[in-house]
Amino acid sequence: MSADSAESVIRFRGVARRYEMGDQVVNALDGVDLDIRRNEYVAIIGASGSGKSTMMNIIGCLDRPTEGEYQLEGHDVGAMNENELARVRNREIGFVFQSFNLLPRANALKNVMQPLVFRGIKLDDRKQKARQSLERVGLGDRVDHLPNQLSGGQRQRVAIARALVGEPAILLADEPTGNLDSRTTVEIMRLFDALHSAGQTIIMVTHEADIAAHCERVIRLEDGRVAEDHRNNTRRRALAEGADG
Amino acid sequence: MRWRKALTDERGPLMFMLLESLRSALDSIRAHGFRSVLTSLGIIIGVMSVIAVVSIVQGLSHTVNQQFEGLGSNTLTVRSYTPFRKALQGQVAKLRHDDMTAIEQRVEGISHVTPILFAQSGTQGQVSYRSQDTFAQVFGVGPSYFEVNGVFPESGRGFARDDDLRRRLVCLLGQDVVEELEMPDNPVGEYFKVGAEWCKVIGVMERRGELLGFSQDNYVLLPYGTARRIQGTSRDLDIQVQLQVDDINRMDEVKDRISRLLRSNHGLKSGDDDDFRVQTSEQLTESFNQIISTITAAVGGIVGVSLLVGGIGIMNIMLVSVTERTREIGILKALGATRQDIMLQFLIEAVLLCLVGGVIGIALGYGIGAFAAAMLPGFPPAHVPAWAIALSFGFSAGVGIIFGIIPAAKASQLDPIDALRYE
Ligand SMILES: Nc1ncnc2c1ncn2[C@@H]1O[C@H](COP(=O)(O)OP(=O)(O)OP(=O)(O)O)[C@@H](O)[C@H]1O
Ligand SMILES: [Mg+2]
Repeated sequence: MSADSAESVIRFRGVARRYEMGDQVVNALDGVDLDIRRNEYVAIIGASGSGKSTMMNIIGCLDRPTEGEYQLEGHDVGAMNENELARVRNREIGFVFQSFNLLPRANALKNVMQPLVFRGIKLDDRKQKARQSLERVGLGDRVDHLPNQLSGGQRQRVAIARALVGEPAILLADEPTGNLDSRTTVEIMRLFDALHSAGQTIIMVTHEADIAAHCERVIRLEDGRVAEDHRNNTRRRALAEGADG
Repeated sequence: MRWRKALTDERGPLMFMLLESLRSALDSIRAHGFRSVLTSLGIIIGVMSVIAVVSIVQGLSHTVNQQFEGLGSNTLTVRSYTPFRKALQGQVAKLRHDDMTAIEQRVEGISHVTPILFAQSGTQGQVSYRSQDTFAQVFGVGPSYFEVNGVFPESGRGFARDDDLRRRLVCLLGQDVVEELEMPDNPVGEYFKVGAEWCKVIGVMERRGELLGFSQDNYVLLPYGTARRIQGTSRDLDIQVQLQVDDINRMDEVKDRISRLLRSNHGLKSGDDDDFRVQTSEQLTESFNQIISTITAAVGGIVGVSLLVGGIGIMNIMLVSVTERTREIGILKALGATRQDIMLQFLIEAVLLCLVGGVIGIALGYGIGAFAAAMLPGFPPAHVPAWAIALSFGFSAGVGIIFGIIPAAKASQLDPIDALRYE
C-alpha cells in the first residue's frame, strides 16, 4: 500500500456509473478520478442531473460503479460482497439525507440507536451512546419525540446524530439543508463546521453557494465528470456553536 | 486500520439478532394493533376451532376410557357383526343362544360366560310402579354379569343360577329407575312391571354415572332366561356374550378357538368374512378411540384448510406491509442492515402475528369448548390436552414461516437506492 493511498480515505479511479435505458445509455458518472483525505470538508456542487447524488451513493456503498475502481481506506469496494458492503455502510459511513429519512414510528432515541443494532451492541450501551450523540447535536431534551413531533431542523439533527453515533470514517450529506429554511440552515451548517473542527471527514452535496462556502474544498461536477476541483480560500469561518467537538 | 478489524470481527450472534428482530416486530405489531388482529383472523379462527373441537372430543374420550376400565383385561366380548356385503343383501348377522352354548361347552380355559340380551322392541322398555311409568333399557344377563363388568348391586343381591334356569320374574334396577318411578329408598321386595310382566325387585345397582351425556343408570336387569321368555320368539334373538379367559397368555388362542367354532357353526366357507367379532376390552376402547381419532382427523383437515386461508391472509397483508415500508427498508439498509437482518425481521413479524393469533385462538377455543360442555346437559367437562396446545403453536409458527418467507424475501431483496427513492 503506497503512502498516497494510505492517506486517502476515498480514492476513485475512472469511476463510471451508466444506466441503460433501452438503447440509450445515461452516463450519470463518466470516469471520475478523485482522492479525498482524512478530515477534509468537501462540497460537491453542480447542476441538477450532473451526477452528485450518484457519486454520493457510490461513496456510501449504496450503489456500485459500473466501471473503474473505488478504494475506501485502501480496500477495494468492488471486491466486496453484499454483506461486506452492509458492514461498511454500518461502520464507516454516516448518511444524512435531504428528506431526513427517519424511521417514522421510532422516537428520536430509537432512530439514533438503530445503526448500533446491526453492530450487535447491547440495548443499554445503545441507549447510552444514542443519548450522547443526541446531546452532541443539542437534542438531549427531545429523545422521546417522534419525528412528526419535531421541526425540520430538529429532524435533521436527529439524522445527523444517527449518522454520527457509530463514529463513521466519513459523514456524507446529500443536500442536508435542502428542505430547511434559511435560519435552520445556518444552525445545521454550524453543526457541520463544528464536527469538522472536531476531526470529522465530511462530504456534502449542495446547490447553494453559501453552503459550499463553508467547505475547504469544492468539487464541481458537470455531466458526470469533475469540471472543477479547488481549495476554498475564502472559507466562511463558522461559529462553533451547538456542538462541543 | 480501524475498520479492517471491524470487517473481520463477527457480527452479533444469531440470538442477538433474533431478540432485536423480536423487539421491533413487537413494536410494529403494536403500532398496527387492530390491523394485526384482523391479519391473523384466519389463524385465530383455525386454532379456535381445533381447540374447541379437540377439547370437547377429548373430554368425551377421557370419560369413555374411564368407563371401559370396569371391564377386566382378560375379558372377551363376542357379538354379531354384519359384513358390508351381507348388509347389502339385506341379511343381518346374529349371535344366537346356541352359539353361546357351543362356546361354553367346547372352548377350554374360559369361565364366567355371561350372555347379554338387549330388549329388541319398543314396548319392552316400558316399566311401571304403582301409578308411575317410564322407559328404561332392559337387559337379560347371566349370573356372571356383575363380576365380568365390575358393577355390583348396591343393595339386595345379584342373580343366582336358579333365577336364570327357572326364569324367575325378578329384577335389579338402576338408580335412575328407582328415582323416576318414585320408589321407596329401599325398593327390595317391591313388585314392579316390565312390559306386561310383574317382577319382584331383588336389588338396586350401584351408580355408573354418565357416558356421552346419557345416563347409564336408567336400566333394568332381568335374568337371561326370564328375558328370553318375555321376548317370546326365543330362537332367533341376537345376544352378546362376555367371558373371562383364565390364563391371559392364552388370550389369542382362545379367540382363535372361538372364531373357528363360530365359523363352522354359522356354516361360513373359507372365503367368507366373519359375521361376528371377538374383542378384548382393550379393543373395545380402541375402536371407540378410533372413532375419536377419525373425528379429530376430519377436524384437522378442516382446520388445515382454514390455516391455509389464514396463512394466505397473512402473506397478503405482509406483502402490503413490505410495500408500505419500502422506504423504511431502504433506510435500514443505508444504516447497515444486511439482507439477512431484513429477512429475519419480516419473518419474525409474520411468525409473531401467527403466534399472537394462535394464543387468541387457543383462549377463545377453550372458552367455546368449556361453554358448550357446560351447556349440554351431562356432557363431560372440556379437556384441552397439552399436545393440542403445542400443535396449535407449532402450526401457527409454521404457517408464519411458510407464508412469511415470500414477503420477507421480497423485502430483503430491495435495492437500497430504489427503496430510499420510493414515495
Ligand atoms: N435509476 C436511474 N435510472 C436511470 N437514470 C438515472 C437513475 N438514477 C439517476 N439517473 C440519471 O443519472 C443522472 C445523474 O443523476 P443524479 O441523481 O446523480 O443527479 P444530481 O446531480 O443528484 O441531481 P439533483 O441536483 O437534481 O439531485 C441524471 O441524468 C439521472 O437522470
Ligand atoms: Mg441529487
